[in-house]
Amino acid sequence: MAIENREAVLSQLSERLGRKRPETVEKPDWTISPQRSVFEGLTQDELVSKLIEQCEAIHTEVKLATRAQLIEAVNSYLKEWGAKTVIYANDKRFNDYGLSEFLINESTLDCRMWESENKEENIEFAKKADVGMTFSDITLAESGTAVLFNDGIKGRPVSLLPESYIAIIPKSTIVPRLTQAAEAIHQQSMRGEKLPSCVNFISGPSNSADIEMNLVVGVHGPVRAGYIIVDDKENL
Amino acid sequence: MGIKIGDAPFHERAEKAINDQFMRQAVAKAQDGLRGKKLKAAESLGNWEDWRALGEQIRQHTLENLDYYLYQLSENVEKNGGSVYFAETAEDAQDYVKRVVRKKNAKKIIKSKSMVTEEISLNEAVEEAGGEVIETDLAEFILQIADHDRPSHIVVPSLHKDKEKICELFKEKLGYTGTSQPEELARFVRRYLREDFFQADMGITGCNFAVAESGSVSIVANEGNARMATTLPKTLITVMGMERIVPSWEELDVLVTLLCRSAVGQKLTSYITGLTEPGGMDGPEEFHLVIVDNGRSHILGTEFQSALQCIRCAACINVCPVYRHIGGHAYGSIYSGPIGAVLTPLLGGYDDYKDLPYASSLCGACTEACPVKIPLHELLIKHRRRIVEEEKKSPKSWDFAMKGFEKAANSPGLFSFAAKTAPYVLKPFTKDDKIERGAGPLKAWTQARDFPAPKKQPFRDWFDKRSKEGK
Repeated sequence: MAIENREAVLSQLSERLGRKRPETVEKPDWTISPQRSVFEGLTQDELVSKLIEQCEAIHTEVKLATRAQLIEAVNSYLKEWGAKTVIYANDKRFNDYGLSEFLINESTLDCRMWESENKEENIEFAKKADVGMTFSDITLAESGTAVLFNDGIKGRPVSLLPESYIAIIPKSTIVPRLTQAAEAIHQQSMRGEKLPSCVNFISGPSNSADIEMNLVVGVHGPVRAGYIIVDDKENL
Repeated sequence: MGIKIGDAPFHERAEKAINDQFMRQAVAKAQDGLRGKKLKAAESLGNWEDWRALGEQIRQHTLENLDYYLYQLSENVEKNGGSVYFAETAEDAQDYVKRVVRKKNAKKIIKSKSMVTEEISLNEAVEEAGGEVIETDLAEFILQIADHDRPSHIVVPSLHKDKEKICELFKEKLGYTGTSQPEELARFVRRYLREDFFQADMGITGCNFAVAESGSVSIVANEGNARMATTLPKTLITVMGMERIVPSWEELDVLVTLLCRSAVGQKLTSYITGLTEPGGMDGPEEFHLVIVDNGRSHILGTEFQSALQCIRCAACINVCPVYRHIGGHAYGSIYSGPIGAVLTPLLGGYDDYKDLPYASSLCGACTEACPVKIPLHELLIKHRRRIVEEEKKSPKSWDFAMKGFEKAANSPGLFSFAAKTAPYVLKPFTKDDKIERGAGPLKAWTQARDFPAPKKQPFRDWFDKRSKEGK
């Protein structure tokens, strides 16, 4: 950990800018904020509709479920895709929603929860797994994005290495757009809190249009993605 | 290889490109596709001009305080456990990366797409240090397989190659046996590169925007290869142009939105990765950020400062009528199109690139397309003025024509003689009032378009007559 050659380079910049490097800089109040008016005032149900609409554009299937139907929804993805091996994030919500119990006990499946202590072994498992599964921490309706706050524990490779990816989206995590997620991270930073080591914004399966602008779904990341929006505020 | 593509003079490169029907078709098709997607994505926001104005404000403020924000960024990266190297030149950046490659004894390096690493010839440097570089972005992979062909577009570097060419290439070099269907080609590359990701000792990536407040770097991508490069290898090196920075996550939101919509018409790309801390739990153990100047600081504080607002979306390239006809390689620079014609002479000098500011019809489509409101066509005019006034380095044909005009215009007798005799002198080249194949200084012009033939009654005579008639 070091910083090399900083003064030599930055002093040139200051000189070019015709002043000394300022001690502090106040960010101006930007005169316009178009980003805040996107989906402003929409209800949670309306945001769900926007999210579903966008998922079609990003080649991502969506299922809706109550808490009680969540296991069934997960199971139906696994069956549709003929999945046998599953890795899921080290996230306590898998316990809270009764999913880890189901996954571990399901005899037709080879399931594993990510453990950073066994990184190499887990990577080996994840790279051959049919499905990787995570919860979304914040979900962006406009772009159909699951935002994952990866803190080193949950396991970044889970949403990357397996052939298919499932994001479980608690309905309460849905916000209009990137603006609200960026704001949350900015606030965390302002409070001097540690940011997640890696924030992943995932919008559907991997893709590329590098060959003649033809969209190809499925390149190096998962080749298919499915979301489950679960109503987490309902009464049990 | 650096910023430069080939050694031939501009008019030769342009002529070669004009005659390359395959390339021109591929470029036209891609341009239409990308431009259409961008227009749709911009329109769907409903207030695109507000977004552009905000983008411009953010970029201007950041550049005016670039030293401050880079200082803040480096402090925070170090606090998070990373190392930062400020590289004044391409050689400095190369030397630093070589040092890290040697220290880590890295043999296999996976790389995601990055224009700045092209600019500083990083692959060659890594190879000198004993590392094998594998380009993993699909377009960059295609170029690497094609005997290190050069990028012709800053977002889709292999845009000049159609699927048949790519298919032939894969068959010849990689033993591919499939069809030219893009899905099949891409699936083949997935299998071909898969193990390399897991075996790599090091990842090298570019950076779309660094975030000063938290010492984070963000990467905007679609294929998943950038996530592989930032997740699997033990050591990660990220290389950024020094202007690619935002004050905080709030501004990152706005610029990422503008970038995704302008570059590919997506609301957001499939993967946007914000990396703040190495630490090895589920990602790299070691992180190095290389901040590259390489001529950028010399643009700061000049009339060209706004060129540094660029977020490398290629929207200007996708609407440029000149790029459409000559493609990217003709510019002789990895930065092509309008932004390339502005930036390349600033980074590479007028000696090699004095022709580029003239490779524009000044139609202004680029300026209108730019999501951060860089006045591109005005910057091209500024270049021309500088070249003519200060550097005396205008292109030959232009220079000759202007000198002749100057001489004639300063001598009323000669001017009048020339104006009157021109229609007759040029008669052999004239067809239907147009000169299609000019000689001498007109040759370069008429290769690209017709030149109006002089009228038998010159404008001055016509005007005199009209004035005398009291009209």
